[in-house]
Amino acid sequence: MLDIVGLTKGYEGGAGHPLFTGVSLHLERGECIAIMGESGVGKSTLLNCIAGLEPVDEGSIRLAGAELTTLDDNAFARLRRQHYGFVFQAFHILPHLTVVQNVALPLWLLDRPGREAENLARAMLDRVGLLARADDWPRHLSGGELQRIAIARALVHRPTLVLADEPTGNLDPERAIGVLDLLLECIRDAGAVGIIVTHSRAAAARADRILRLSAHGLDTEVSRP
Amino acid sequence: MSAALRHVFLASLRRRRLATALSLFAIALGVALGLAVQLIHGAALDEFGRGMRLLAGEADLQVFGPRAGFDDAVYAEIAAQAEVADASPVLEIDARLPGRDISLRIFGIDMFRAAHVHPALMPQVDTAARETGPLAALAADALFLSPAARTALGIAPGEMLAVQSGTHALPLRIAGTVPAAGLGQELGVMDIAAAQLLFGRIGRISRIDLRLKSGIDRDAARRSLAALLPAGVEVLTPETAEAQTSALSQAYRVNLTMLAIIALLTGGFLVFSTQLLAVARRRQELAFLRALGLDRAALIRGLLAEGAVVGLTGGLLGIVLAYGLAGLAFNYVGGDLGAGYFRGLRPALRFDLRPSVAYVLLGVLAGVAGAWLPAREAARMNPARALRAGDEAEVFQSRPRAYLTPACLALATLLCFLPPLGGVPIFGYAAVAFLLAGAVLALPTLVQLSMGFLDGTRDVLWMLARARLAAAPGQAVVAAAGVVASVALAVAMAIMVSSFRHSVDGWLESILPADLYLSASPAATSGFLAPEMQEQVASLPGIAAIRPVRFDTLRLDTERFPVTLIARPVDGGAALPLVGATVTADSPDAAPSAWISEAMADLFAVKVGDVLQLPISGRRVAFHVAGIWRDYARQHGAVVIELADYRALTGDFNANDLAIWLADGAEPDTVAQAIRNALGDDTIKIASPGDIRAISLAIFDRTFLVTYLMEAVAILIGLFGVSTSFAGLATARRKEFGMLRHLGLTRGEIGRLLTVEGALTAAVGTAVGMVAGGAIALVLVEVINRQSFHWSMDIRLPLAGLVIFAGALVLLAALAARLSGHQAMRQSAVLAVREDW
Ligand SMILES: Nc1ncnc2c1ncn2[C@@H]1O[C@H](COP(=O)(O)OP(=O)(O)OP(=O)(O)O)[C@@H](O)[C@H]1O
Ligand SMILES: [Mg+2]
Repeated sequence: MLDIVGLTKGYEGGAGHPLFTGVSLHLERGECIAIMGESGVGKSTLLNCIAGLEPVDEGSIRLAGAELTTLDDNAFARLRRQHYGFVFQAFHILPHLTVVQNVALPLWLLDRPGREAENLARAMLDRVGLLARADDWPRHLSGGELQRIAIARALVHRPTLVLADEPTGNLDPERAIGVLDLLLECIRDAGAVGIIVTHSRAAAARADRILRLSAHGLDTEVSRP
Repeated sequence: MSAALRHVFLASLRRRRLATALSLFAIALGVALGLAVQLIHGAALDEFGRGMRLLAGEADLQVFGPRAGFDDAVYAEIAAQAEVADASPVLEIDARLPGRDISLRIFGIDMFRAAHVHPALMPQVDTAARETGPLAALAADALFLSPAARTALGIAPGEMLAVQSGTHALPLRIAGTVPAAGLGQELGVMDIAAAQLLFGRIGRISRIDLRLKSGIDRDAARRSLAALLPAGVEVLTPETAEAQTSALSQAYRVNLTMLAIIALLTGGFLVFSTQLLAVARRRQELAFLRALGLDRAALIRGLLAEGAVVGLTGGLLGIVLAYGLAGLAFNYVGGDLGAGYFRGLRPALRFDLRPSVAYVLLGVLAGVAGAWLPAREAARMNPARALRAGDEAEVFQSRPRAYLTPACLALATLLCFLPPLGGVPIFGYAAVAFLLAGAVLALPTLVQLSMGFLDGTRDVLWMLARARLAAAPGQAVVAAAGVVASVALAVAMAIMVSSFRHSVDGWLESILPADLYLSASPAATSGFLAPEMQEQVASLPGIAAIRPVRFDTLRLDTERFPVTLIARPVDGGAALPLVGATVTADSPDAAPSAWISEAMADLFAVKVGDVLQLPISGRRVAFHVAGIWRDYARQHGAVVIELADYRALTGDFNANDLAIWLADGAEPDTVAQAIRNALGDDTIKIASPGDIRAISLAIFDRTFLVTYLMEAVAILIGLFGVSTSFAGLATARRKEFGMLRHLGLTRGEIGRLLTVEGALTAAVGTAVGMVAGGAIALVLVEVINRQSFHWSMDIRLPLAGLVIFAGALVLLAALAARLSGHQAMRQSAVLAVREDW
């Protein structure tokens, strides 16, 4: 499904050498991996490269066989709209939209009819257990609830790929595991591919595989059956 | 605190350079316009007052009569009074200069008496002149020019200057100067007997300046002298005379100052919007500082200091600009800014400390006032909540205060019914302020309501824009209040000026029914048409009929400036632009009729049907007020009487102007040429009604030039407001845009989102501004103009212009929103969604 080969990325004015080189990764449909690594090694940068928000220096990224590194800005934006879902550490729920509107936002962007978008969004909210809050304003919700809304938003349009950068970074450990399980479950249900960056070993253990990013590439740390 | 002040608060101004620069610029503009108007008028008024004092000299009291003058027997009687130490008669002539467009004030004085009363008018015989010697100044053709008049006329001692008397050009010899008149006053001095002879005013004087014996009470002397004077001749103190004259231009000056204050308010408003946005954006930073132990008061002080710095810098810049502007205006427009109040003066620009400091302080005040609400907002926030990400929008949820709108409107209506204070329509201006406040306060609710209409939209960008504006109407207020204010003022001015211009045009048409107009001198200066001349014109081929007009001034009381007397054939009022009801005299032996102008009706509280005593020819004559007419030419009041009545009362058969009707088939140009051939070219002016209308409207437009300029500035500042607000908002909403970019919105689509928001905001703002502007126009026309200038006008909406203006403004605002959001769109989506930035 997702094939990354020989990815190299450095920043101009960086340390002089690339941040990482030779990153390769192959993911099958329904597979969820966790990426760990020291702070500053470039985990977020890797996710941004996959999302087309950072240009790559070398290497190729293919999604369902299509090469992504050659896409221009707008084409990538349209691709993200259709095939990507995001979960952020800081939730990024729009305060001026209601909960259900926030979840329906990706569907709106895909020009789905309003009724259908709303029904899908409510179904997704039901899935994350927040249907009761559907018509509330986000400012009344707790961090854990906001992140569950973000998960609903990331998956409501059935994306091919879900990227989550420290999705539990702002949550207490207990809630973190619950939210992460929910995220993984939803990704697997949807038959999508999930890449989750985390610093928490406990959280990472919930994924199918744990990979460690270093300057020389991604190494498998622990694999599970 | 001082380090925190520097690094946290003032440094923030540097970070948002564009917004800071724009608010600073707006304040500078307000200060500059206000101070420039003040400086220009101050200098003109100073010079004007100096002129009046110079002419009054050492006089304790002054006796004034009509412009035509009064009998010089009065002088002999006054001079003989026991209280009077010195009396100096003056004949003041506004002498038309044939072949030139200007006139010259000539003072005929008694050289022997004047030395004690107004030494400044004493002439000095120039050695270059032909005749010198002790009596040279008394020569019948000797004229002395002040230095300013010499420069203005470009004429040297010994040369000849022609002045007009009747329709004759009479040469005078420049015998020397009036050195003490100073550089600002254009005037001439000659012997009074010579002047009487020259200008056909034998036995008449227009003024007596008196010095009282020491120890005499001035008020008592004034009362006892007043009893000796004939009707229409009054004795005043020099201060009263000066105050009456400067009061004439007061309403005009107040109007301009109000416009400048509005510019300053707009500047304060820009500070408000940028500060509110800055506070929204720095919410977490400020919350963090509070968490670190910065107390509320210190936070407020720091934020107010930001506003004060902007205000102070803007104020100082404004001062520099103001002096530049005033200098330019003196060079190109003159001391009255084109309104014609201070002719014959050469005021000089000086540094004036007091108003300069006052305006810098006003600038600081505008800055601090603008920073006040945002600072309070910031101090009120809960640091714990604010430290959490994602609630910038909270600032903009601003509690709608729509219930205040009806209160504002009611108050504004009430204020419209109050009379002016000291001739200034203070309450009218207050009504305008309340109307504006009401409109701005209604904005959040109106934005929310109008977003309801867009409910059905399917386009995701419209949906997002709508949701944003409906949920955070405070944002719309910040961005649109500037639009509302500037649109309202611009629309109000546009409606007022268009109504005014239209009314003036109609008025000109109705007062100019003839085919040609012949004028011996404008504004009743020294030219006139003697009866023979009138007959000569009437008998020229091609002329069917002539109607003479005679002007004079009448002093009705000691309180007010004299009114203009116009004697002309009136046809029972049919020839006048009458407003309101009229009455006709029932019996033939009743008092003769008079028609008074609106200004006279207001100022002297006279109504149709009243009996009015007019001092004509030294006698009080009862007139019956038959109607009120509209007069845009004389804001101090005018009264029209039948020419036949005037002639019977005065025996004066001269005329200033002739209205000429042509015989069928006669060519206006041919007839005009025939008149010129008969009367001479230089001493008369002939114009068609079309010419007069064109010239009058050109003067009208020039008078409103400053207004147009200020209006343009107001709109510019309004657009600045939109663009700074959106620039600030775009920065405050970086996270939102970053997330939307992750969700797959292209940069172009985010640009469109901002454009849509800008257009929606501006559309609501423009609509509200238009309605408010209409209401303000009504106040301007019915209250402010009426109370300032005492004239009415017919309201006329320049609809097409307004629609185009509204459309253009919405487009521009959308563009401004988009351009200023550009910065935020350039910014990396990756950085934007990071937790801490
Ligand atoms: N736009 C940029 N320009 C230059 N350098 C950058 C930029 N963004 C990130 N970096 C640098 O690249 C390195 C990797 O950053 P990145 O955010 O990917 O690390 P990370 O592995 O996600 O760290 P953490 O676990 O702390 O989130 C860091 O040293 C960072 O300073
Ligand atoms: Mg990271």
